[in-house]
Amino acid sequence: MSTNAPPNDAAFVDFDQVWLAYNEDLLARKVFAVEDINLKVQRGEFIAIVGPSGCGKSTFMKLTTGLKMPSMGQIRIDGQPVTGPLKISGMAFQAPSLLPWRTTLDNVLLPLEIVEPYRHQFKDRRKEFEERALKLLESVGLGGMGQKFPWELSGGMQQRASICRALIHEPKMLLLDEPFGALDAFTREELWCTLRDLWEAQRFNVILVTHDLRESVFLADTVYCMSKSPGRFVVKREIQIPRTRELEVTYTKDFTDVVHELRGHIGAMRKAGAVINQ
Amino acid sequence: MTSQQRKNLERFSPLLLLIAIVVVWELITVGFGVSEFIFPSPSRIWEQTLEHKATIMGHAWRTFWVTMAGFGLAIVVGVLLGFLIGSSRLAYAAVYPLMTAFNALPKAAFVPILVVWFGIGVGPAILTAFLISFFPIMVNIATGLATLEPELEDVLRVLGAKRWDVLTKVGLPRSMPYFFGSLKVAITLAFVGTTVSEMTASNEGIGYLLISAGSSMQMGLAFSGLLVVGVMAMAMYELFSFIEKHTTGWAHRGSQGG
Repeated sequence: MSTNAPPNDAAFVDFDQVWLAYNEDLLARKVFAVEDINLKVQRGEFIAIVGPSGCGKSTFMKLTTGLKMPSMGQIRIDGQPVTGPLKISGMAFQAPSLLPWRTTLDNVLLPLEIVEPYRHQFKDRRKEFEERALKLLESVGLGGMGQKFPWELSGGMQQRASICRALIHEPKMLLLDEPFGALDAFTREELWCTLRDLWEAQRFNVILVTHDLRESVFLADTVYCMSKSPGRFVVKREIQIPRTRELEVTYTKDFTDVVHELRGHIGAMRKAGAVINQ
Repeated sequence: MTSQQRKNLERFSPLLLLIAIVVVWELITVGFGVSEFIFPSPSRIWEQTLEHKATIMGHAWRTFWVTMAGFGLAIVVGVLLGFLIGSSRLAYAAVYPLMTAFNALPKAAFVPILVVWFGIGVGPAILTAFLISFFPIMVNIATGLATLEPELEDVLRVLGAKRWDVLTKVGLPRSMPYFFGSLKVAITLAFVGTTVSEMTASNEGIGYLLISAGSSMQMGLAFSGLLVVGVMAMAMYELFSFIEKHTTGWAHRGSQGG
């Protein structure tokens, strides 16, 4: 995989006026979970989506992966209209959700047992796949942990393994739904750096959903703010801080200015929401 | 007391309690001179057990294999039905209420009907054991399958996993601890089913032994029969408990792993 993919004219992820209501009834009453989403993401871009809880961030993820179809509008990924679950993406959630009866290594290998073309090669190429998985585990600091069971690992280690599982089949797109939300502050910052290094090495697309503004600014090329019910993108903010970003950058004025600016947007939305609710 | 001693005490506590009960029982029956025809003493039960050893063993073997046949049938049917209603919402909605109603029926009430269909003998006993013991197996398999974490399902579905993949890779392994847990309950129920059926619809087995011993006032022998059923059920329970620990150890973390 080349580290510097040439900028492509066509966007890798392209949302064109996408609206989603969860069922027919809600659609008829014009109650939308997300509305009028327009988004163009370049190949290899790292975007973050922030917003108050319940604003439809997870719905957005489901749309992007093809688990949900939009009620209106069109989504194109890599030039192709999305018609069903995309096998080019990997997902990780706040809960690591590893399978407790499988070793960490076998957990990481799980996608290869399911996704084509690996599925049919799995028996023959198992050794090779295992090596790949161990290498990936090593790169996130889990060297030598392959044979341990998930419940023998700490929360941070489990989350690392979960990210490995999302990446083992070399997806073009990594979707992270508040992946570091349940971790303590130090572990979280460590994992930011792990994710940053993985991304810089492989340059897959990342869509990171988070509450944490510092996290979004530290990691992403572009941060989108989403408003609450209905979910809409209200702010797009490009983060100009040069790569490779070190943790120290989070204490600089430039960094905190951006965080404050985003904080302002979110605060305004929350206030507006409160008035409407009364 | 050191921790090793405490552990030993805990381990042997069922045995100690049993000995205590037997001793108190013996003291009461002997001390108050209770008639053997009302309530035999443990020593007298033991004597009669040895005396009728061959007869008891014959009946016990019959009860054992009949129970295992019914139980085997219960595993097959329970797992299949559990799989069906655990993996399909429609099947769950359709089958579950009926099954609950069925489970509430006293299985002993089926015995006369089964006798009409299959005659006196093995048939009713196997079927009673089956009817009484498949329900917990079915419910547990279904629960294991139906309570999948939605995130985990999403992780797999994004990869293009079919329903079948999700069931075999995640659903079934996940429901194994429920399954083995249910076997422990079901095997004891199966012995109840067999014994109850044999009491009215058989000329062999512990149930028959109990009835005939009772009607000929051989109370010691009747108690021996009870003892034998209890021992068999407990042995099978321990067997499944052992298998459970060694196949689904991951579900019993807390005890130091690795």
